[in-house]
Amino acid sequence: MTESLATILDALPGRKSPLLARFATLLEPKTPAQMEAMARESRTITRRNFGRTMRIFAPLYVSNECINNCRYCGFSRDNPILRVTLSVAQVVREAAHLADQGFRNVLLVAGEHPRFVSEGYLEQCIAAIRERVPTVGIEVGPMETPEYKRMVDAGCEGLVVYQETYDRAVYEQMHTAGPKRDFDWRLACPERGYAAGFRRIGIGALFGLSDWRLEALRLAAHLEHLYRQCWKAVFTVSFPRLRPAAGGFKPLTEFADTALVQTLCAFRLTFPEVGIVLSTREPAPLRDALCRLGVTMMSAGSHTEPGGYTGAGAEDLHLTVRGRRVELETRAACERAEGQFGIADTRDMPEVAAMLRGQGIDPVWKDWDPAILQPAV
Amino acid sequence: MLNGMLNCLPDADHLFPAMPAASQPLTIASRTFRSRLMLGTGKFASGELMHDAIAASGSEIVTVALRRADLTGKGDPFANILDFIPKTVLLLPNTSGAMNAEEAVRLARLAVAAGLPNWVKLEIHPDPRYLLPDPIETLKAAETLVKEGFTVLPYINADPVLARRLQDVGTATVMPLGSPIGSHQGITTRRQIEIIINQATVPVVVDAGIGAPSHAAEALEMGADAVLVNTAVAIAADPVRMAVAFRQAVEAGRAAFEIGLAEASSEAGATSPLTTFLYGT
Repeated sequence: MTESLATILDALPGRKSPLLARFATLLEPKTPAQMEAMARESRTITRRNFGRTMRIFAPLYVSNECINNCRYCGFSRDNPILRVTLSVAQVVREAAHLADQGFRNVLLVAGEHPRFVSEGYLEQCIAAIRERVPTVGIEVGPMETPEYKRMVDAGCEGLVVYQETYDRAVYEQMHTAGPKRDFDWRLACPERGYAAGFRRIGIGALFGLSDWRLEALRLAAHLEHLYRQCWKAVFTVSFPRLRPAAGGFKPLTEFADTALVQTLCAFRLTFPEVGIVLSTREPAPLRDALCRLGVTMMSAGSHTEPGGYTGAGAEDLHLTVRGRRVELETRAACERAEGQFGIADTRDMPEVAAMLRGQGIDPVWKDWDPAILQPAV
Repeated sequence: MLNGMLNCLPDADHLFPAMPAASQPLTIASRTFRSRLMLGTGKFASGELMHDAIAASGSEIVTVALRRADLTGKGDPFANILDFIPKTVLLLPNTSGAMNAEEAVRLARLAVAAGLPNWVKLEIHPDPRYLLPDPIETLKAAETLVKEGFTVLPYINADPVLARRLQDVGTATVMPLGSPIGSHQGITTRRQIEIIINQATVPVVVDAGIGAPSHAAEALEMGADAVLVNTAVAIAADPVRMAVAFRQAVEAGRAAFEIGLAEASSEAGATSPLTTFLYGT
């Protein structure tokens, strides 16, 4: 009989599966020569499984409304930021802009707010952009399986839910208000999503909140559990580091470049088939180096504010106080909705694609056809 | 220098006998091919390199994942993998990405609607970790597609009974795996593939796990009719030269099979008879 994930996580780091024991040794302090050896093996395994290619995607923020307070997040409900939820037509406009640039894989992102970002709204957004974008994923507030199924039926095949931190005590301190306070409900999201029919499931932890080695070990335990429970899903992992955001939160723990590289290589060596996602949170020189080491999926030219690509929604900016919309007294022409966090690699897609080609890596834009799931639109 | 030396030898011609007879052609569903090497199109560093490797390989059958191609007919420049496949080869669409029979059938139909050949490499591997094929869904999809007039080349585990069931359904080949896709482990399923070859009424194509030209030669020496190679060529430091190396290995393996390999023995064979004294001379 398999143990529950909560039991497995709570027993770490004392009790580990054989796979996780090996993973833990990969996270122990390494000499530069050992790091080089890990990186080389990581590159070899990545090439064998994914080839000399890189999957490309873009995040599309549809709303920055949120009912949670998360101390590290710019969208927290008590942050007095400019907010907006794009109309479906505006979402289509943003998607069309991304599609013109070449993106065929778009991740719809929203804060968690049932009033502004309902399942019906997301369903409409997915269906509306599907014609232009073959691969649609969502990174939004957690749902129950039937609601997730509505997303899948609308044409969505990817689900991204980061646990943020697998350290229960820190999780409690970080999530001070809202439904996100429920650690276990969030932890079970990937399995609910799998039951609903999602094929690509992304998990991750926000590094900088808890000890990085323990965080990585627990993330690996989650992945090992999911591989056993959800055998038909493709999994991706991500190791986002805290970036400057509204609220001015400072990281609680260090997660240096060497630790990031070691974590990335340890995941690749332990889980040869897992997709590894790298966002524009990281600066250009580091991204250029990491794309050789095991990363399989990258974004580029990203905006983390709704309407960021086309300026859509600027006329509807407002404040939200206690769940109610508050109109601005004055409005400047250049105002934009607040982003979730500041990005570090500001290069546009053609620049990043040229960088990849320069390194002998083929950017892959389309890797899925919606017709697999249903007749062509 | 070398030529000069050879010319000095009285029997130089003897060193270079006439080119050997060409290997027997490969026939799949009444269509004949000279090459017994099929190539896959994933994992290459660029479309141009893929094109050149295909050309150098001499392959006449090249498979492409439909999910990476533009099936709308709008000529999407960001999904133009088909543009890099030489027009002289037979394009073999594959159903990678399909998780069950229904999805594979839908993809195959869509390919035909998009103007691609009605040949299909049937791939249903719902487990993304090892990419092992689902035998039940593969058989179901094969039944449907054969009835609809498709030429079906199914990717299967090296299961002799499944191979026979697929033959009975009317598939054009069977394509047992040597080892998991991209694993480069070679032909770890050798004993099972031998059974499949012995029982085959259609060409047997060893697909997946072939990481070195020697693995490809081994498959052909065993009597496999062809091999399909992708990762080993695509991720090589020089895919064009590696494609040539596989071409040569396939030709060598096939020639050896047609000539007939000598039986292997664990002991040395005496060149002088040991028992003639018994019979007097």
